[in-house]
Amino acid sequence: MTSDLSNFDLVIAGVGGQGAVKVSDIIGKAAVSEGMDVRAAETHGMAQRGGSVVNYVRLGCDLGSLIPCGSAHGMLALEPVEAMRYIHDVAKDGIVVMNNSPIYPVTVTSGQCTYPDPQEIVTRLEKDYRVVAFDAVALARQAGNIKTLNVVMLGAISSYLPIPEETLVECIRNMVPPKTIDTNLKAFRLGRETTRQ
Amino acid sequence: MSGREYMLGNVAIARGIVEGAVDVVSGYPGTPSSEIVDTLASMKERDFYIEWSVNEKVAMEVASGASMAGARSVVTMKHVGLNVAADPLMTLAYMGVKGGMVIIVADDPSCHSSQNEQDTRRYSVFSQIPCLEPSTPQQAKDMIPYAFELSEKYEIPVIFRSTTRISHGKSDIELAPVSQKTGEIKFEKNPDRWVMVPKNARVRHPHLLSIQQDIRGELEVSGWNELSIEAESTVGIIACGTAAVYAKEALERLGITASFLKIGTYPIPEDSVRQLLAKTEQVIVIEELEPVIEDQCKVIARDVEFETEIFGKADGLLPRTGEFNVDICMEGIAKAFGIDSCECKPANQDMELPVRPPAMCAGCSHRGTFHVMKKVFGEDAVFPSDIGCYTLGIQHGTVDTTLCMGASISVASGIYDAGEKKPICCTIGDSTFFHTGINSLMNAIYNKSDITVLILDNRTTAMTGHQPNPGMGKTATREPTVEVAFDRLCSAMGAEFVEVVDPYDMAATEDVLERAKAYKGVSVVIAKRACVISAAREGIRYTPFMVDTDLCKGCRKCLKFGCPAIEFDEVSKKASINSMCSGCGLCIEICTFNAIMEVKK
Repeated sequence: MTSDLSNFDLVIAGVGGQGAVKVSDIIGKAAVSEGMDVRAAETHGMAQRGGSVVNYVRLGCDLGSLIPCGSAHGMLALEPVEAMRYIHDVAKDGIVVMNNSPIYPVTVTSGQCTYPDPQEIVTRLEKDYRVVAFDAVALARQAGNIKTLNVVMLGAISSYLPIPEETLVECIRNMVPPKTIDTNLKAFRLGRETTRQ
Repeated sequence: MSGREYMLGNVAIARGIVEGAVDVVSGYPGTPSSEIVDTLASMKERDFYIEWSVNEKVAMEVASGASMAGARSVVTMKHVGLNVAADPLMTLAYMGVKGGMVIIVADDPSCHSSQNEQDTRRYSVFSQIPCLEPSTPQQAKDMIPYAFELSEKYEIPVIFRSTTRISHGKSDIELAPVSQKTGEIKFEKNPDRWVMVPKNARVRHPHLLSIQQDIRGELEVSGWNELSIEAESTVGIIACGTAAVYAKEALERLGITASFLKIGTYPIPEDSVRQLLAKTEQVIVIEELEPVIEDQCKVIARDVEFETEIFGKADGLLPRTGEFNVDICMEGIAKAFGIDSCECKPANQDMELPVRPPAMCAGCSHRGTFHVMKKVFGEDAVFPSDIGCYTLGIQHGTVDTTLCMGASISVASGIYDAGEKKPICCTIGDSTFFHTGINSLMNAIYNKSDITVLILDNRTTAMTGHQPNPGMGKTATREPTVEVAFDRLCSAMGAEFVEVVDPYDMAATEDVLERAKAYKGVSVVIAKRACVISAAREGIRYTPFMVDTDLCKGCRKCLKFGCPAIEFDEVSKKASINSMCSGCGLCIEICTFNAIMEVKK
């Protein structure tokens, strides 16, 4: 159940170091320049050291920054297992844009836990949500730098956000290191093409 | 700068400090408070003094001194830091201040990155120092200039309680102009006021009590408390902080009309509470952590014989632990007022997921130090540790205790004093050592402990965001300053075994630790190597490493080393090194088959 208390509630899930905070910052700044109220919450501290990370962005909302359980309009998942970990925040039939390329936690590489099949995650999610899953790592590489994975994902979710594409592009220009603007804009475009009907 | 900006709560607080025309800022890093000083210290132009102090007590004393001289001062810390600064705090309440002084304390409900979840409002009640509590990042910014004024008016410091969701929440923020500086900076001698010998303290205690009613009256009408009475409704909500915003959303989602009192000050607005109780039959008090307001509301209700039922934590409708959210508030409100909560059941996803704990970075020198430490001292040895990145060594079995900042050495001494016969090797970071580890080391040496103290000197305060400390030779604003030499400091305290080693050199580290273990008395080893994140930022690049799959036997020994850059391919049954490799080379020495080597260019 989504509500009219917020124009668009987005959950961003990923792994520390993938650039989830940057994505939420770009969306947040873009929304402010569109004159919207914005609330956002991020994971800090220990989770930055490769831990599980979840951020919330609420566009057109003047309440708290935490999205009530099962009510987000959409999810941006930078990593498949992390999509599954926080999917309970998303409303049924919400849009889930997901990178299907995994990052194995130390618990998996050291043999304490097993990592589920990413395709199985997609299949499960498709039962209740609108899922767009693709290999964003490959697209980031195609853009010229694997670190632009977060911007590829931003491009992919951008078709669903109530913010004009030009505003997001302008924010990317202003917020990434000057030398990397072209790579990031290419990454954004490649991501956007994956979800543009 | 004016208009609207998208900001982190702590950045908004920093802006509020500037708008309030501050003169002196001090603090000790601690999540979720650190970005306040970081933001102010990184400003290109600044007309105030700023420092990272060695601990919260020192920071509080620096801010107090500034205030005695008439300056507006701010000190920042996290909730547990206030315990360290509790000694000056309690007397500062008696002594009072001259220039406005704001004590910013960030609480961490749910212990996102803390060792407990204590409630700073208890210190406000305890010390009788007023406390302000914002419910949004915008209010956090707006409250700071007011806090200075309140502090100056009553000549008492003001506590400002933030929580993780305020400090680390982001919001569009409406900026206000920066105030002009007015106060004259001049310390005036006044021993009756600034010297808390018993004779003077006895006078100041009744004074502190006497101003409480005035402060309460002032705060009652300050605008930080908002009362709205719904004539049609018999139910009411009293809420504070970020929980007040969740409660508002919960009411809207439940479709309930209720009278609402949002509290933003301590002492709480008693008249408003009375008005609300007079108009309602049932009230639920919604506050994170301790039932500070709930208890006081019950006292007020009893004193004036209101029959309103007051719900909250005492009856278990709301938890006394953890962070609140809209769902918790909806459930509590629905139960209190006997209505159906329209619970949004999330879709059932019962897949078993691997846990993803935070880990020491690829190339972190602590990993090598811990590996050698465990090898030399044996897995059964006792490893007391402390608070910082290296606490993540718990996953490697190298962190047996973590009490509070600076405690590792004193806990190690205590374990030795108790008669423990196993070897004891404690670890402490550089910033933590300066914080309160120095006292503990001095104590251990003086009282003849037989322990090894391993100072993990990664040249920064890494965990909270790389703040400088006295070992780095840089101030908060990155100006060069003296660099404290750990080895000479430890020697000066009487340690006779003091050695510095590079933890990337595992053979040398092993040799030093063997000798330290054999030494009778306190042996100090300083493992010195810059944090990999700082090194990368400074442009230091190493050649990454790779696994020769012909030589790899799939023994998984390297995987047990716990480096995020080492993976295992289940198909080929061989190890591999991923793009996270920072080239520390520590894994070469782990591999018994010489299968790990530098990537050839």
